[in-house]
Amino acid sequence: MIDKLGLYLQYPFVRYALIVGVLIALCSSLLGVTLVLKRFSFIGDGLSHVAFGAMAIASVFNLTNEMLIVLPVTVISAVLLLRTGQNAKIKGDAAIAMISVGALAFGYLLMNVFSTSSNLSGDVCSTLFGSTSILTLTGREVWLCVALSVAVVIIFIFFYNKIFAVTFDEAFARAVGTKAEAYNLLIAVVTAVIIVIAMNLVGSLLISALVIFPALSAMRIFRSFKSVTVCSAVLSVVCAFLGMIISILAGTPVGSTIVAVDVAAFIIFYVTGMVKGGIQK
Amino acid sequence: MSLLEVRELALGYESHKITENISFTVNSGDYLCIVGENGSGKSTLMKTLLGLQEAISGSIETGDGLKRSEIGYLPQQTVVQKDFPASVREIVLSGCQARSGLRPFYSSGEKALAAENMERMGITKLARRCYRELSGGQQQRVLLARALCATRRLLLLDEPVSGLDPVVTAEMYGLISELNASGITIIMISHDIAAALRYASHILHIGSSIFFGTKDEYLASGAGKAFLMQQEGGSGK
Repeated sequence: MIDKLGLYLQYPFVRYALIVGVLIALCSSLLGVTLVLKRFSFIGDGLSHVAFGAMAIASVFNLTNEMLIVLPVTVISAVLLLRTGQNAKIKGDAAIAMISVGALAFGYLLMNVFSTSSNLSGDVCSTLFGSTSILTLTGREVWLCVALSVAVVIIFIFFYNKIFAVTFDEAFARAVGTKAEAYNLLIAVVTAVIIVIAMNLVGSLLISALVIFPALSAMRIFRSFKSVTVCSAVLSVVCAFLGMIISILAGTPVGSTIVAVDVAAFIIFYVTGMVKGGIQK
Repeated sequence: MSLLEVRELALGYESHKITENISFTVNSGDYLCIVGENGSGKSTLMKTLLGLQEAISGSIETGDGLKRSEIGYLPQQTVVQKDFPASVREIVLSGCQARSGLRPFYSSGEKALAAENMERMGITKLARRCYRELSGGQQQRVLLARALCATRRLLLLDEPVSGLDPVVTAEMYGLISELNASGITIIMISHDIAAALRYASHILHIGSSIFFGTKDEYLASGAGKAFLMQQEGGSGK
């Protein structure tokens, strides 16, 4: 088995996939804690469907670099969703559901009507479940992923304390002069960026799992914001790495294998949390 | 000059006016209680004082070099906080965010301030505990310590004893009185008129009639008498 793994690791595209996968897992877990606590778990889901719709448009126009259209569209949707979440006639969860299924339907419709590809269902499937795209990354895409991931991590560390304050108590934060709206916007934009880069790894249907599972697992056991954040980042990276290795060795689809490992980790953490009654920290 | 001077304030949302003609002044060292029926605009007034919401008309001026962002605030607890994984120390430190500005990390001075305020609230032992596992009274002490990190002069408290049992309520009032005695100006929203009359130096009554004055003036006024009668009637039910 080790030999088989060693053989695979000689291929640059496998190494690229591992690097990108680990980075994506790291980024997506960072904001997970905040999104779960702010009751925004479904924003990730909604945005990923929007990203799918945008991807469909990009492929219809035969754009060589899909990121050019997918990234801005997703970021704008994130901003709009967050705006409407606060005071709109259509409440937050309904708005998300509406946009997400709408984008999904239009995306598929567009791909179906205008597609030039001979393997339509294969294309759709890989966009939704990310089955092989992680292994076909070009050097440029890898660098883009690396750059965006580094940016996300730096932004997160730089604004860590503000993000905590805005998540825990927005009214207090605003009262003492923190620009809560600006930080909410930042959270939305970073979430959108993470989702777009994570689409490569697990596909648009499974992204929410990558965002929320590590955070939820960590919250079963740890009791402070910092330890929850660190634990969910480590857990996410470990799960993604294990998932990718398993999928390479067993020939299973990458995205769903990673999510399956995340689910298994959640169950382990859940049971541990119940048994221990929580570590005092 | 007084710490806070409010003139002819009208409150509400967009075109819907909740209350108007609110004028009062708060001097350094005062203990002002805001009382009134539910829906009379107490919380709206507090939000307006904090700058979370625009007033329809009127003016709020701060004096004595007090900045708007230097007002400490103890909000009512939110649903999000009930299962929030955060240690007491993390929460108290987050009161320093106004001081730290765009600086990403807290300085050692801010950490010392947080430690000092935890000591003051008697929660130093709980520093590493998780907020959601604390009792209601302990949680309020944590939030009070956080508010103290944001201010040295003026605290706004929104129903600080709601949901606490009588013993803890008395403790909480004692704690707030101590803070007031140490020179911190207090503005508190309260349902509890008896406690308001026991601890406060000034009363602002908003509702169908507006009253502002010292406690003794309030007891002698028509608004005060009517409200007291109503409260006694209410508690006798």
